[in-house]
Amino acid sequence: MDKIRTIISKEWAEVFKNRMVIFTVAFLPLIMTAIPLGIIYGTRDIAKSSSGKNTTGGLPTEMTQSMCPSGLSGQDCFQVFMVSEFMMLFMIVPVAIPVTIAAYSIVGEKTTHSLEPLLATPITTVELLIGKCLAAVIPAIVATYAAFGIFALGSWIIVENKALLMALLDARWLIAIFLVGPLLAIMSVSFAVMISSRVNDPRVAEQVSMVVIVPVLGGFFGQIAGLFVLNKQIITIVAFVMILMDAILLFLATRVFQREQILTRWK
Amino acid sequence: MIHSENLTKEFGKIIAVEGLDLDVAEGEVFGFLGPNGAGKTTTVRMLTSLIGPTRGKASVAGFQVGQQDIEIRRRVGVLTETPGMYDNLSAEKNLQIYAKLYEVKDIKGQVDKYLKMLGLYERRLDAAGTFSKGMKQKLAIARTLLHEPRVLFLDEPTAGLDPEASHLVREFIEELKKEGRTIFLCTHNLDEADRLCDRIGVFKSRLLVVDTPAKLRASTFGRKVVFHLARTYDSLLTTVQKFEFVRDVKLVENKLLVTLDNPETQNPEIIRALVQSGAEIQFVGELRHSLEEVYLQLVKQE
Repeated sequence: MDKIRTIISKEWAEVFKNRMVIFTVAFLPLIMTAIPLGIIYGTRDIAKSSSGKNTTGGLPTEMTQSMCPSGLSGQDCFQVFMVSEFMMLFMIVPVAIPVTIAAYSIVGEKTTHSLEPLLATPITTVELLIGKCLAAVIPAIVATYAAFGIFALGSWIIVENKALLMALLDARWLIAIFLVGPLLAIMSVSFAVMISSRVNDPRVAEQVSMVVIVPVLGGFFGQIAGLFVLNKQIITIVAFVMILMDAILLFLATRVFQREQILTRWK
Repeated sequence: MIHSENLTKEFGKIIAVEGLDLDVAEGEVFGFLGPNGAGKTTTVRMLTSLIGPTRGKASVAGFQVGQQDIEIRRRVGVLTETPGMYDNLSAEKNLQIYAKLYEVKDIKGQVDKYLKMLGLYERRLDAAGTFSKGMKQKLAIARTLLHEPRVLFLDEPTAGLDPEASHLVREFIEELKKEGRTIFLCTHNLDEADRLCDRIGVFKSRLLVVDTPAKLRASTFGRKVVFHLARTYDSLLTTVQKFEFVRDVKLVENKLLVTLDNPETQNPEIIRALVQSGAEIQFVGELRHSLEEVYLQLVKQE
């Protein structure tokens, strides 16, 4: 455990001196939080201007109400719907941060030739992999939770209707943030480990690894196009699929992250 | 301290190391010489449990490679071909990280000790990336020694260093030798190997020869004795050639070059014969072949 802690603190000391990593960890969550908060704020004004009328902003009532608890007005449901549209976008945070950190942490070791002396210490390959993965996953989860905290606080300040607030912070969000978020982070870092074993430039590793964002964006655009509505059931199913995918990707990452593979094939 | 039997490493169809049988005694400095791509680094990686052998077995410090890898890595220090420091971190932080990974008890004490010993203490808070190549190499040597290993694997310790830095590193290796540490030294610098090593192994995928530097010279070229003469004439050659123990004799200008196996006992007879035949010997000396000549000859033969 001491060695894992040492690896984590070493990784953080190294990668957080990189401006690209700092930018991704600090600014991306803020941007992704500002977007849904802006929507809540903006649509609140729309709701006020049309008070008295049960409008859904031109969207089909059954669509907006499918994710809206009973007792909320059409305008409230419209707000809930719009914010939910951006929930998938918000999930980019736990995907992008680990990719950036892992790419710099693993490919960086390759470019500076520091992996071999590290592997020559009495650390096990599993300890090293866990240390590197946690060093990438922990900031992602912390940033996601922090961003969600800011989002919840902002919503509480902006939204006057507390029933609407509860709808905005319902189980879907909680499952997404507290379960799907970490699972996405693990998926992302496993993928980054595999990609990092094949390339020599952290930027290339980062760009290629960013492919994992595609399914997240697919979900975002699918919902915008009205192909499906992300409700509690779908998110729960996504979470279970993610658990399976994470298990497969972690297995593959550990296969790639073998001492001999690293030294003889990571060129 | 280091033992291997039929140690072999194959990468697909390529045989990087073939049937290496080796014994390095405790406290010995063993030079491992070979051209680029000969398999030296692969051998070091196998002996330090970084990669597993395809066939054969090896033990280091009494622990079996492939079975007790963590124990081996606890007990050996490895200086890799490139220093591989964390350039964004200070020299001190670099060493602290490795001290923790090597389970060093007195981290501060050991880090300070080697920073001072290698003349880096004043720069300990500077990022390793700001160091010169020589300083980085010294920092890497400090990292290798933090856990006081009894066995050291040094892969090209002076490669790319300027003469002054190379000299300092060599002096430090000599100090380590005096402390009785076992050192496995991979080098291209034959002068360095000649000066530091008790025995030398010439390697090119397989071990071509192992011996002390002096015996390697003798076995490869024999020992050449130079007789400086006031005057030379052809009959001197026949005078010397009549001795059965003379392996070769040449006359070059006013010098008679005689190749012998054991000049200490054979020289007096030759001197006596030369004097009796009227030669005026000005002085006698041994022509020392450089290890480079020995090495090139062995690799060429291969």
